[in-house]
Amino acid sequence: MNLDAQTWIAAFLTLCVFSFLYRDNPFYRFAEHLFVGASAGYLLAVNYQNVLRPNLIRPLAQGHMIALVPLFLGVILLGRMWSRTSGIARWSLAFYVGIYSGIAIPSYFQGQVFAQLADAVKPFAPGWGAVNSALVLIGFLTVLSYFYFSLPHRGVHGMSARVGIWFLMVAFGASFGYTVMARVSLLISRVQFLLRDWLHLIPGA
Amino acid sequence: MNILRLDRRVIFVLIALATALPLLFPVNLPISVSPRVKAAYDTVDRLPAGSYVLVSLDYEPDIMAELQPMSIAVLRHCFRKGLKPVVLTLYPAAPGLIERALDVASKAEGKKRNEDFVFLGYKSGNQSVILGLGESIRTMFPTDFWGTPLEQIPMMRGHNSYADFPLVINLTGSSIADYYIRIAATRYRRPLVLGATAVMTSDYYPYLSSGQVQGLIGGMKGAAEYERQMGLFGDARRGMDAQSLVHVVIVLLVIVGNVALFLSGGMRGGASGGTGGGTGGGIRRP
Repeated sequence: MNLDAQTWIAAFLTLCVFSFLYRDNPFYRFAEHLFVGASAGYLLAVNYQNVLRPNLIRPLAQGHMIALVPLFLGVILLGRMWSRTSGIARWSLAFYVGIYSGIAIPSYFQGQVFAQLADAVKPFAPGWGAVNSALVLIGFLTVLSYFYFSLPHRGVHGMSARVGIWFLMVAFGASFGYTVMARVSLLISRVQFLLRDWLHLIPGA
Repeated sequence: MNILRLDRRVIFVLIALATALPLLFPVNLPISVSPRVKAAYDTVDRLPAGSYVLVSLDYEPDIMAELQPMSIAVLRHCFRKGLKPVVLTLYPAAPGLIERALDVASKAEGKKRNEDFVFLGYKSGNQSVILGLGESIRTMFPTDFWGTPLEQIPMMRGHNSYADFPLVINLTGSSIADYYIRIAATRYRRPLVLGATAVMTSDYYPYLSSGQVQGLIGGMKGAAEYERQMGLFGDARRGMDAQSLVHVVIVLLVIVGNVALFLSGGMRGGASGGTGGGTGGGIRRP
């Protein structure tokens, strides 16, 4: 068994969290509150070191007064806390939304909408690959028709929408299968930690 | 039906046993390498020795089970091929994990910091940082993780933007992958290899088809395939026996539960009690 204090603390907290599987109890709540507090403290320290210091405090100390602009925008953002000053906070939000829209919208259309549209209508692959290409095209058109609500889902449109639902169900099934696998992976990792790093019952990495 | 009144803690015990027993008594079930992971491996493998690779490892402890073994395998592959990874993260709680992954991988392959790899550390800003890397890495990261100015690191000379990296690798459990696809792969036309948590893997298949992503490593299974391709036996491969057995148990429980519900007439609305009706109708909560 490992005598390292770090490993013991981690193992104890892991068992505290797992104890919730039996029922809610003080050990679980202790671990939960400790996690929230430690995370908040850690993130505060990291953000001070990696955001405020290099982007605000250091430039100001070096005489770069341009850093006063983001400082001003940041301070007026706090105006949202009082109703009399909440209006001025919108200046910061407008600036923020404007910058991010400018970055995100063109790259979204370029990288996700246009590139995927081009892929959906490209010539079919040779041989058996044509089956995949046909499935992609049929899936694309029928799922799109399912999400077209300006016409009632009847007749040809209704049939297409029903096929679209089948494609959606297959996609949801694949996604759910992957989700189960992901959650099991998290459990495996914790059990590996308990059996290997703490109890030394299985060989090391 | 007694099975419908099964205490859910019995299921927890079954899952715990199915997880622990294969770890204690491994049988090393065979693993086949999917074309997606093979493509990722081949993309890295084809680069000539000495090539620089921009590696963005964007995950925190909550999903390290899937992405930490993947990071170690990919970094070891880079080192083994003589590539020069420049590693960064856009997640505040990631640096400790990445430091550990770099330590394990570099020691295993006999590589040195700032000669064979550079760790730039964490930078806040997600999308704007990814965009900024296309203009100047030095503006985004004036120093490395340990505070050494990039100008003083010989390995970083002449390497300052996507144009200087023939490959970008992003291992993540979030929408950071979308940003790399939009910006690094599409706008700057850099080859991109993606590693993702299993939950999000199926969302990224279309980008493989469109050629925006060169290879896709999905979850612990993907990491195990990458390890197998490299001839390693890391944490991901060690976990695959347990993964398989737990899946078998879950499938059996789903079948048994549905058969029991069918036989009890629950599918015609006959199940009594419980909170949600349907399949959850008769399960007793502790």
